[in-house]
Amino acid sequence: MKPVLFENVRLIDPASGLDRAGRLLVRDGVIAGTDLPGAEGAPDGAEIIDGQNQLVLCPGLVDMRVTIGEPGFEYRETVASAARAAVSGGITTIAVLPNTSPTIDNPALARLLRARGEETGMIDILPYGALTRECAGKEMAEIGLLAEAGAIAFTDGPHAIADSRTMRQMLTYAKGFGALIVQHPEDPSLARGGCATDGELATRLGLPGIPAAAEAILIARDIRLARMTGGRLHFGHVSTAEGLDLIRAARADGVNVTCDTAPPYFDLNETVIGDFRTYAKLSPPLRAEADRRAVCAALADGTIDAIASDHMPCDADDKRQPFAVASAGGTGLSTLLAVTLAQVHAGNLGMSDAIGLLTHRPARLLRSDAGTLATGQAADLCLFNPDSGWIVRAGELPGKAQNTPFDGRALEGRVVGTWKNGQRVFWAQAA
Amino acid sequence: MRSPPMSDRSAHGSNVFLTRPARHLLGVQGMHPTRITPILDLAENYTLLNRSRKTPRDLLRGRTLINLFFEDSTRTRTSFELAGKRLGADVVNMTVASSSVNKGETLLDTAATLNAMHTDLLVVRHSQSGAPALLAQKVQASVVNAGDGTHEHPTQALLDALTIRRHFGVFEGLTIAICGDVSHSRVARSNIHLLTAMGCQVRVVGPPTLVPGAIGALGVSIHHTMEDGLRGVDVVMMLRVQRERMKGTQVPSAREYFRFYGLDNKRLALAKPHALVMHPGPMNRGVEIDSRVADSDQSVIREQVEMGVAVRMAVLDILSRGGDGA
Repeated sequence: MKPVLFENVRLIDPASGLDRAGRLLVRDGVIAGTDLPGAEGAPDGAEIIDGQNQLVLCPGLVDMRVTIGEPGFEYRETVASAARAAVSGGITTIAVLPNTSPTIDNPALARLLRARGEETGMIDILPYGALTRECAGKEMAEIGLLAEAGAIAFTDGPHAIADSRTMRQMLTYAKGFGALIVQHPEDPSLARGGCATDGELATRLGLPGIPAAAEAILIARDIRLARMTGGRLHFGHVSTAEGLDLIRAARADGVNVTCDTAPPYFDLNETVIGDFRTYAKLSPPLRAEADRRAVCAALADGTIDAIASDHMPCDADDKRQPFAVASAGGTGLSTLLAVTLAQVHAGNLGMSDAIGLLTHRPARLLRSDAGTLATGQAADLCLFNPDSGWIVRAGELPGKAQNTPFDGRALEGRVVGTWKNGQRVFWAQAA
Repeated sequence: MRSPPMSDRSAHGSNVFLTRPARHLLGVQGMHPTRITPILDLAENYTLLNRSRKTPRDLLRGRTLINLFFEDSTRTRTSFELAGKRLGADVVNMTVASSSVNKGETLLDTAATLNAMHTDLLVVRHSQSGAPALLAQKVQASVVNAGDGTHEHPTQALLDALTIRRHFGVFEGLTIAICGDVSHSRVARSNIHLLTAMGCQVRVVGPPTLVPGAIGALGVSIHHTMEDGLRGVDVVMMLRVQRERMKGTQVPSAREYFRFYGLDNKRLALAKPHALVMHPGPMNRGVEIDSRVADSDQSVIREQVEMGVAVRMAVLDILSRGGDGA
């Protein structure tokens, strides 16, 4: 394997606080160092990548909330197609939800998913284990055995644990393994049958609504249960001001609770569902503008620990349906970085903080050592031009699934190249 | 009563439809009075032609109108069927509620089938909000929304407006109470959009479980008692309440509903002396409306049905000219 030397790049490694112009050398698939003296020449036979003082080099992104179609829904997305989409977005590690068919509720399947990731040579797959058998919300899955097989955290994916007693038991039992429980923050009975956030827009469109408070109600309950049990609790794709306020207050109070959000919740509001645009039908549903602003504020003040793509592939038949019947979810792998950078360009987040939310902070939650530029680490790298403009076009995105809620969105920030274990796995022609 | 313009069809020509031509009538939300009034004028004409049985049967000759009903509705379907036939169209009724959909055919497969049949006008009723809009993206025909989920029922609002205009001559200054299950009513939404656009004051009246909190944003006032809501109104528009909603989830019982929200003579007396009583049908006598009110002189429920055919003729006429919808 040829050494690779990155020159004239802005190195950003939020884990160590590194943010400066410099060089980075990759040898034998690992990061050999970032502190090479300027005068030192490239090693013999090294490939040289010149950033021309325009490009940023950061750790390969770690996306902690991804749905892939495998196993069971390969018509939507396969591991291979998800890998292509991921590396086009600078992502080299994805944590995948267990609500597949079959569900990831047995250790062999967790091992299989890790192996399927390795086969691509492009990404690492970190499997979530099902929290309950078949993600049905009733009987506990084999949390200990799944953890041994490489499950990094436990969740029922897009289904919240409705029953308070069950949730209490889960938090209590998982604590014995130090396992993290990831909850979909939405009270299932309030959400039943709904497909848009309650309010003027849903009323005008005649769509069954879900009150935004369905999020806060479940978060409040689970925070109380986390306090009671001492379990590790994480809320996925938090999207309301009220939910974030509860999490902020609980953390100030010392409760062991963390959360992530996804780009649609800080970049879009409910109005994009417009005249029944099903590509913008998500779960949780897009919110009012005030909630979007609250998510931006929580990114800036540190309440939110990570940004995850919440990638949910659907095919055209899943989406070309009347709105209430259409599948919920949007793709997000290839747009994760650029939509996050919109927060940087808008002045809401610093560049290093933004990259941190996409790399070592989610990695740390999942107890993965990915997401840093530390010497000796696997050379998983993302090289991007923060100022290069492009327009998101459904139908032209890398990978199989095209159901992006960002169709038509103009973005600044483009991945130039992605490396996995020192191998280049993505290279943009004209970035 | 205002005398309607007596011009014949050709006089409407293109001059009153100068704005953006639309192929479909999917809703009345956002429709401007300058578009609404010509439809009502034309429908007024058709009312006279219907009564004299001299409708222009050559107007839609050779055109195919399909009534595509994913939800059963004898009245609306019959009204569109008569409207189409009185203008000479070939009318076919397709009730899909229990056939293809159950076999897994998607809405878009249905659209492809209809395209292959060279349909000119497609009248759609569907239980899902937005379904006609989805079809309209995929079919070559002009789509008329005949009621979609809890979204819109534009021809109902137009016929209600025509009925009101025939009695009052104007819209400005009228106060209209829409009473009952507003949450699940496409009729209520379309009427709110249309009547507020025409300058009416609109109130919605019903139990809080059946009135969406955000409906105020549509420019109406919200009332939770009939006594409060009906005082001094010009028109009382009752909505049909589905019996399945009165089994304890939204309303405890039909008798409790009638006790507090049914329209009887005593409550009607709170409205202006000659206030109109309207209902889109079919009525639940003794649930939302007392028979004595439904059959009284103030009731214009039968006139609404008559206006329904005329309004639908006007809509089909306009759309068949490639003219304006919404």
